[in-house]
Amino acid sequence: MLGDILNITLIASVIRLSTPLVLASLGGLYSERGGVINIALEGIMLAGAFTAAAVTYFTASPWIGLMGAMMAGVAVAAIHGVATIRYRADQVVSGTAINILFFGVPALLSGALFDSTGATPQLPREQVLPDVLVFDPAGSPMLASIFNQKPIVYFAVAAVAATWYVLGYTSFGLRLRAVGENPEAADTAGVSVFRMRFTGVLISGALAALGGAYLSIGQNSLFTRNMTAGRGFIALAALIFGKWNPVGAFLACVLFGLAEAVAIRMQGTVNIPNQFIQLIPYVLTMVVLAGLIRRASPPRALGVPYVKE
Amino acid sequence: MKRLVGELIFPLLAVVAAFLIGAVVVLAIGDNPIEVYRILLTSAFSFHDALGNFTFDNWGYTLFYATPLIFTGLAVALAFKCGLLNIGAEGQLYVGAFAAAWVGITFTWLPGIMLIPVAMIAAMAAGAGWGAIPGYLKAKFGSHEVINTIMLNFIAVGILSYLTQRHYKVAGDPIMQTVEIAEHGQIARLHSFLSPFGIDFPQRIPLNFAFILALLACVAFYFFLWRTKWGYEIRAVGSSQSAAEYGGINVRNQIILAMAISGAIAGMVGINEVLGYRYRYYHDFSANYGFTGIAVALLGRNHPVGIVLAAILFGALIRGGLFVDIFTDHVSKDLVQVLQAVIILFVAMEALFRQILRRKTA
Repeated sequence: MLGDILNITLIASVIRLSTPLVLASLGGLYSERGGVINIALEGIMLAGAFTAAAVTYFTASPWIGLMGAMMAGVAVAAIHGVATIRYRADQVVSGTAINILFFGVPALLSGALFDSTGATPQLPREQVLPDVLVFDPAGSPMLASIFNQKPIVYFAVAAVAATWYVLGYTSFGLRLRAVGENPEAADTAGVSVFRMRFTGVLISGALAALGGAYLSIGQNSLFTRNMTAGRGFIALAALIFGKWNPVGAFLACVLFGLAEAVAIRMQGTVNIPNQFIQLIPYVLTMVVLAGLIRRASPPRALGVPYVKE
Repeated sequence: MKRLVGELIFPLLAVVAAFLIGAVVVLAIGDNPIEVYRILLTSAFSFHDALGNFTFDNWGYTLFYATPLIFTGLAVALAFKCGLLNIGAEGQLYVGAFAAAWVGITFTWLPGIMLIPVAMIAAMAAGAGWGAIPGYLKAKFGSHEVINTIMLNFIAVGILSYLTQRHYKVAGDPIMQTVEIAEHGQIARLHSFLSPFGIDFPQRIPLNFAFILALLACVAFYFFLWRTKWGYEIRAVGSSQSAAEYGGINVRNQIILAMAISGAIAGMVGINEVLGYRYRYYHDFSANYGFTGIAVALLGRNHPVGIVLAAILFGALIRGGLFVDIFTDHVSKDLVQVLQAVIILFVAMEALFRQILRRKTA
């Protein structure tokens, strides 16, 4: 009996911990399959998390907060897009700059708006995103906890399926992959490389920002300084571990979410330092990149700015 | 001369543009940008305090904050010269700092004249080893150094947090820091170097021997890259791998070598931090020095002189930011991060400025 309860609560916590990773990872996928490296996911998530909390505070509506977060994410991604696609800035350097920028911007704005650079004000319970019960397993409140999640969780799962379909079976997906693999050929075929890449980057901004918003107005009820704590980079790692494939990235996010859930659970109980469990995603990613388990091959034109002849 | 102007104009434009954007941000927040920048610059560069008395404090702290940035700037620049982007200076400097502390804690029986150099070498060796890992992975498997260095940053922090917490902390201390290193393992502050000349540079300013080492590292960087065979080969690989290969250079070895040296220079941050300032390893001490190093290298155009100037600018921002935090109504020291990021963005977007200049002259 006790084992059952532990297992179910573990599943619930895996769902909670994977959701922001899934969204950010899918976001990274749209950008990178189009050929633009996006290590700015961390910064975009922070922008989304802060905006969601601040907008919700002023409007008392988490839904407007979500909209605000997505708009902020798109705006931040646009900076990355303009810098790297239009002005051919190095994609890694631009991403790093954006990460530094959104380490500072939330604190700066939070200090100006709320007189505290460390956190936004606590939101009342009714202003954070509500739980939505999608399936009621009668007689088992424990089991119900799995099916009673924030709307973003369901959206994330749907986004995985949608991305799988869009990328593989629509002309948009085909064109996006084309500009990421062979921009010259795509250009010759009449596809606007700039427009496709830019669209991919903007979508990545919206999704990663939603992932951030889940942290601030879903799991918590306020924004705290650097609350993503490297999740943008774990999402990037999951993207690579999942071989730049939506289903693969999703499974990698769940695996990394599981690692985090286990690490939290084992804190102070078992004598394996939980720092080491938290390192699993990073180590696995390096191993996969080195081709020791299975080869991960990035989009061929990833990181290469396109110069129209 | 024309070349020098060409080298200087884009970094200068980037800095000016970033300060302009910063001014807009300050205005939007509700403070006076001129006042904010006055506080920022005088508290970083003035030889006089608020009462008009002579003081070394401002320059002393500016140069102290610039010291780690000279190291990380050089580290990133060296990798750049080999065509590699070392995002991992952050992890390498942590590993270096811990190694220095470990020597200072463990080999206390060594006399100071040996303990200090051994601790310094340990910092460099640990940084070199940590940097060589992504170099090796790149050379052997072709896996991208950017992703590997990002991962290794997290891995370094995780392992060091474990070592600090479980093995080297003062029992019961809530702060994540190791015990102190031996007193004879500490390096002298600038006070000791200047007082024989009758210059009263206060002992409390933590500017120390590591700053002199940083300047020496700049000279060594220049000689290594432009006056030695290894340096030449690293630059050859950086300008064209295939040409270097054709010319008989072992590209893989040069990649590993460049990453190891880059890591060693980043590790030297530990000398400043542990041997010269805190006298212990303090977890999470780095204020993004590794990432700021990217900005320093870019802004300094990967040249030692440029790197020193850029490091002083960023050091000044850190110093001045503290005062902006205190003496303004709304703006916090986080403004500095915004300025830094915008400078990086603009330096990276050189094409933007080229376009503007061309339009102006056409």
